[in-house]
Amino acid sequence: MATVTEAIESSPYDGPFRRPKSTSGLVGWLTTVDHKKIGILYGATALLFFIAGGVEALLLRIQLARPENDFLTADVYNRMFTMHGITMIFLVVMPLGAAFFNYLIPLMIGARDVAFPRLNAFSYWVFLGGGIFIYSSFFLGGAPNAGWFSYANLSTQGLPDQVGVNFFAIGLQITGIASLVASVNFVTTIINLRAPGMSFFKMPMFVWMSLVTNFLLMFAMPVIAVALFQLLFDSMFGTNFFNPAAGGDPLLWQHMFWLFGHPEVYILILPAMGIVSEVLPTFSRKPLFGYQIVAYSGIAIGLMGWGVWAHHMFAVGLGPVANSAFALSTMFIAVPTGVKIFNWMGTMWGGKIRFTTPMLMSIGFVTMFIIGGLSGVTHSIVPADYQQTDTYYVVAHFHYVLFGGAIFGLFSGIYYWWPKLSGKLLSERLGKTQFVLMFIGFNLTFGPMHILGLQGMQRRYYRYQVGEGFDFWNMVETVGAFIIALSVLVFIINVIVTRRRGKPSGDDPWDARTIEWSIPSPTPHYNFLEIPVVKERDDFWHKKYSEDESGKAVPVVAGGQDVEEKPEEGEVAEEHAEPHMPKPSYWPLVAAAGIPLIGYGLMFQWVLAGIGAAVLFVGIYGWAMEPVE
Amino acid sequence: MPSGSDPVNRPRLGKLGMALASFALLATSCAQGTPLDTLSPEGPIARQIDDLWKIVFYLAIAVFVLVEGLLVISLFRFRQRKGDTELPKQTHGNSRLELAWTIAPALLLAVLAVPTVLTIFALAREQPNSLHITVTGSQWWWRYDYPDYEGLVTANELHIPAGRPIRLELKSADIIHSFWAPRLAGKQDVTPGRTNHLNIEADRPGTYEGACVEYCGLSHANMRLKVIAHDSADFERWARAQAADASEPGGGPAARGKRIFEEGQCVSCHAIRGSEASTGITGPDLTHFASRTTFAGGIFTQTEGNLRRWLSDAPAQKPGSKMPAGISEMGLTEDDITALIAYLQSLQ
Repeated sequence: MATVTEAIESSPYDGPFRRPKSTSGLVGWLTTVDHKKIGILYGATALLFFIAGGVEALLLRIQLARPENDFLTADVYNRMFTMHGITMIFLVVMPLGAAFFNYLIPLMIGARDVAFPRLNAFSYWVFLGGGIFIYSSFFLGGAPNAGWFSYANLSTQGLPDQVGVNFFAIGLQITGIASLVASVNFVTTIINLRAPGMSFFKMPMFVWMSLVTNFLLMFAMPVIAVALFQLLFDSMFGTNFFNPAAGGDPLLWQHMFWLFGHPEVYILILPAMGIVSEVLPTFSRKPLFGYQIVAYSGIAIGLMGWGVWAHHMFAVGLGPVANSAFALSTMFIAVPTGVKIFNWMGTMWGGKIRFTTPMLMSIGFVTMFIIGGLSGVTHSIVPADYQQTDTYYVVAHFHYVLFGGAIFGLFSGIYYWWPKLSGKLLSERLGKTQFVLMFIGFNLTFGPMHILGLQGMQRRYYRYQVGEGFDFWNMVETVGAFIIALSVLVFIINVIVTRRRGKPSGDDPWDARTIEWSIPSPTPHYNFLEIPVVKERDDFWHKKYSEDESGKAVPVVAGGQDVEEKPEEGEVAEEHAEPHMPKPSYWPLVAAAGIPLIGYGLMFQWVLAGIGAAVLFVGIYGWAMEPVE
Repeated sequence: MPSGSDPVNRPRLGKLGMALASFALLATSCAQGTPLDTLSPEGPIARQIDDLWKIVFYLAIAVFVLVEGLLVISLFRFRQRKGDTELPKQTHGNSRLELAWTIAPALLLAVLAVPTVLTIFALAREQPNSLHITVTGSQWWWRYDYPDYEGLVTANELHIPAGRPIRLELKSADIIHSFWAPRLAGKQDVTPGRTNHLNIEADRPGTYEGACVEYCGLSHANMRLKVIAHDSADFERWARAQAADASEPGGGPAARGKRIFEEGQCVSCHAIRGSEASTGITGPDLTHFASRTTFAGGIFTQTEGNLRRWLSDAPAQKPGSKMPAGISEMGLTEDDITALIAYLQSLQ
């Protein structure tokens, strides 16, 4: 670290666009372009929003604990379920995915950073600005209240005021910019910065799933961007895209929204699938079963995901032909998804399974995702969906996919790679406690929703009546929700305890397979002293083990894991200077700060929009003029 | 799975499966006291859906038990035992197996697709001898027009003849709603600028609960409905009575209520056929108000207390209600409200 700082200090240029000098402290975080620090920022921010979204969920559950409850008014309840959805999707699961992309992709492909480090910092700051913008709505006239789907023409003509909808439309536009910019960065990184020898089919599966996800983002975000502009124009300037009285069509919004929204579902789940595809092999001590077909099925999901959007709209009245077509496409997207599940099971079959916390979380993912997948198939049975859509059955389904799936998978990744970023192992005892609580709480909360949905309990109802028969399971669900909250509390305690007195992990605590574990933990800021040359899939494993004739793995060097011959410290200093790394920069933060200002300006005071645009312009100008050194 | 399944675990798996299936049945088939139950069809349309659902449900349960069972078995069987440091055989895949578990689900789904598509088309077709009713959704109540019965307009409680297919024409006056009476049929959205259709039918006379199921703003949860099925003679009697104009109140408080109704703000939204002043159309038609069991989007039963609270301050009873508060905004007195209640209760 010291040598880098010195190198910056000795830089000859000292003009107005000079690079920041410090890489530590607050300034270090604000100006960082290091993919690892940005990954940590994404993760920490997402976990804060996770707590906010969780509190909203608890409020909803308290309200629904009893029939005809008066804990929340209709207005507050509607805002809470809207914000819960927006938060968990756009401010928790997506940025948690981004945290893993940031931290892991360069490490897994043997690169020192992403392709565009400053652009990467810009993505994070724009995302943060968007999140703050959306949450500031609570203090500036009212949080969004038209649902996370914000259906027109309720959102344009059916609400007492447009404040919440405008916050929704502008806020998601901002976080959308962050996602779009990041996706270009990651796609470029994966395609161009792979270490020598790492062909596409030698990439870790997480990188494969990241590639698919970022392609999806690249094509899905523009769709929602257009839709959000239409919504904003109808809401703010009185255009008539969705106004039936003036020849517009409210269904246009639904088509646009779900054309984005269904790929979005895969954007949320594929990173977790990638994580699980790394964790299961490590702890089963076997390679991923059927690597190719797992990769291909990910691509297939990414492509087919564009052809199923109208299954969110079976009750809209598109007619029997369209409904049949989308029923078929929806059924058949279950095939590549099922293939993944079977291959994960094939990975565990015949292995030596170690039940560590990351493994338990991944097993939780697989078991819960099977349920979510099966209930997903039942949605494709259109006539059944006529009954089940807009009931709690659907709420059960997507929580089994996005919580039982994505959140369990992401926690698996957090436990698995925590040593990589801190050099310490999260407590296994607390980790397992968290898993058990989360697993029980999750199933108590969302399992009964299947039953309630089939018994006819409607979604988005701020209260249900006495005598509808929904009382018992709702109370169970509320208890379950608090158990989930407890499990998250255990996680927070685990993080704090581990920071204070966590066990040092060593470089390769799990006897892992992929090359990010071949370098020290915590990761040095330059990642790889020397860019590795990759020979095999799971290259690191093959440096440690080879297979005998019967296919059994045997250590390469007698004595086991310490096969990486580490050069003597002195040798390093002599032979390699510290790698030349991208320097920190102020400008991504400056440019990003202009964007929410434009948003506030559109809503409240046009002058502010002008100032925001000026800040953005200055940021981009400084960025362009910034010297390399 | 790569190696053969373990015979020892088979009976256990069977028991687990049976336990799960019976739990699922128990949990979902308790129709008592759940008026909106989707699994208790009471008409041929809903039954068609339920028949299809049963196939899918049992198949899904079977797949669930099979897959989760295999998963649990492999977790148990392949756990690392204490002191075992040997590494397992490094299997990289098995093309034949992978092909099998790609094709098998695809075939299963292809089989399911056949009855699914057939049912989609069957449900969309208009049944012969259908009675046509126009349903119009508004924030937050339902209006029903019976084109075959001149003048018949009612709200929230949809009366139909039992044993005869009904063809609903669904329209919206403002934003998107969704009409749903789960014991009689699936749901169908009600979208402004479009006309959708839905077939419903009840086997027997009775009252079937329903609700709006597309999020429609503040009082979405307060937009309920009932479908009331009569035998055909009863239905004809009901329809004739409803098509008639309102009867004139004899005198007393009801007559005074009528005057307040016609001279105040009520008539700008509500119609009472037979009263020339009362021609509003943005609120429910009240011509035969007293013949309904509920009001205000089907959320309150018609009792004097409920009516008093409603007329005094509707928005406090139903968030966002378009009907202004009677006392503070419309300037009604307690006496006025008493008179209005008498008038409304006279509208049989």
